[in-house]
Amino acid sequence: MIEVKHLTKRYGKTTALDDISFTVESGEVLGFLGPNGAGKSTTMNIITGYISSNEGTVTVDGSEILKEPKKTKQKIGYLPEIPPVYPDMTVRKYLEFMFDLKRVKLPKAEHINEVMRLVGLERHGRRLIKNLSKGYRQRVGFAQALLGNPPVIILDEPTVGLDPKQIIEIRKLIKNLGKKHTVIFSSHVLSEISATCDRVIIIADGKIIADAKADELYTALSDRQKLLVTAEGKSADVMAELNKVPEVERVNKLGAAGKGANRFEVEYRAGTDVRRQVFSAMARINCPILEMTAGNGSLEELYLQLTENAKGGEN
Amino acid sequence: MAAILKRELSGYFNSAIAYVVLALFFFFSGFFFYAYCFVGDSAGLSIVFANMFYIIMFIIPVLTMKTFAEEKHRKTDQALLTAPVSLTEIVLGKFIGAVIIYALCCVIFLVYAVVISFFAQPQWSVVLCTLLGIFLLGSSMIAINIFISALTESMVVAAVVGMGAGLLIDTMSYFVSIIPVKWIANLLDKINFLNYYTNFTYGILNVADVVFYLSVTALFLFFTVLALEKRRWS
Repeated sequence: MIEVKHLTKRYGKTTALDDISFTVESGEVLGFLGPNGAGKSTTMNIITGYISSNEGTVTVDGSEILKEPKKTKQKIGYLPEIPPVYPDMTVRKYLEFMFDLKRVKLPKAEHINEVMRLVGLERHGRRLIKNLSKGYRQRVGFAQALLGNPPVIILDEPTVGLDPKQIIEIRKLIKNLGKKHTVIFSSHVLSEISATCDRVIIIADGKIIADAKADELYTALSDRQKLLVTAEGKSADVMAELNKVPEVERVNKLGAAGKGANRFEVEYRAGTDVRRQVFSAMARINCPILEMTAGNGSLEELYLQLTENAKGGEN
Repeated sequence: MAAILKRELSGYFNSAIAYVVLALFFFFSGFFFYAYCFVGDSAGLSIVFANMFYIIMFIIPVLTMKTFAEEKHRKTDQALLTAPVSLTEIVLGKFIGAVIIYALCCVIFLVYAVVISFFAQPQWSVVLCTLLGIFLLGSSMIAINIFISALTESMVVAAVVGMGAGLLIDTMSYFVSIIPVKWIANLLDKINFLNYYTNFTYGILNVADVVFYLSVTALFLFFTVLALEKRRWS
């Protein structure tokens, strides 16, 4: 559906995007994750045709934004970081304006009603946008992006500045949109992305540092996985035995866990499963396992570490 | 384009701008009309028209200061530039919106001519020609000021620079007379706006004058498109 190839964008001497390529399949919800200033908005602004890249191409549903701008823009609904709303208009007048501007071919009043209902604005049509709270302005921006049912919807940090209840509503909305539309949305909050998206791209300092399915993110990001094991027996024996398992890279003792038992952190190569071997090893030396859980550290930590690494490389 | 034009017009009337501009224009033109035609006992509107240039110089930058500067400042330009419309359509929509408000201002002169017709026979050819002249002059000033608005993010800067440009146009003949280098003086004289205006006030419709104003308008609208395009690339 969306094909981004070798995008590079420079502002003067600083490189905002450095050779970014990715594709988004039809019906996919893609999360765009990265710290502030990583290049998320720049990428989205290029895909939607607001700014142009120095190098590279963007193709949406077969048409290229630079070659057929009108045709391509018709396929995209965009909610920028700051909702592009006119404070002197009422919600309804504004949506009617955007409807006309986008040359939508659907029955006007009906379609606008439907979109307003979808984002929860049905009772606010007559209010002036300048009198709306930030959350409601965001909804107006959201409604504007949905006008004309474009196949692709791009949302730049749609939940920033909203209260928790509104955040949950917007996330639900995004999930629902994913059923009919291809969605790209950005955030600098990891939990939000992993809760809503099928796939995640992590971007830092203008480069893609990870591109993976949401549930495989940790595996994709790290070359090691962790297992937390609580076992009875002398810790030296247990550690020696665990270290004999070929996939295990390192064993750390975390501390005592009750009478005669200790907790261990077993680091093993990503993509393998060592639980059976660990079980047999402990059985061999007669040290019963009391507890065994996946011990992947927090995704947040890993994400911070990765984005920091990317920055470190730059300096 | 129709959507943008509609939005511009509603924007002018939703904010105070349209009313302020119309009120100022009507007040000053009415004052000059009263002073020259009634107190001065004259059936000619030429002096009224001539004096109106100073008013136009100030109100047009006020009319156009918002066009692009405010869109950029509020980031609403993101909605326009990512919508399936071309830059030319956006610029034309905004230009025509401002021209319509300006045309509403100019219509008042017809009212004055009708008032005069109760007392004396107005020279309709002069009135209509001058009206066309003042309309074309204003349209070209609108194009220049829209271009200025497209260059900045601040409405205040757009308005002040626009008024500066108006003053420059007004004082061009002084520059022409004091610049010793002949070819520069000649060049400035060639682009002196007010030179092309004089014929209209005599009731002479000269194609060259019309073409001059239309060319300036087209040129600055084109520059505006280029300025917006450039912003996309930088």
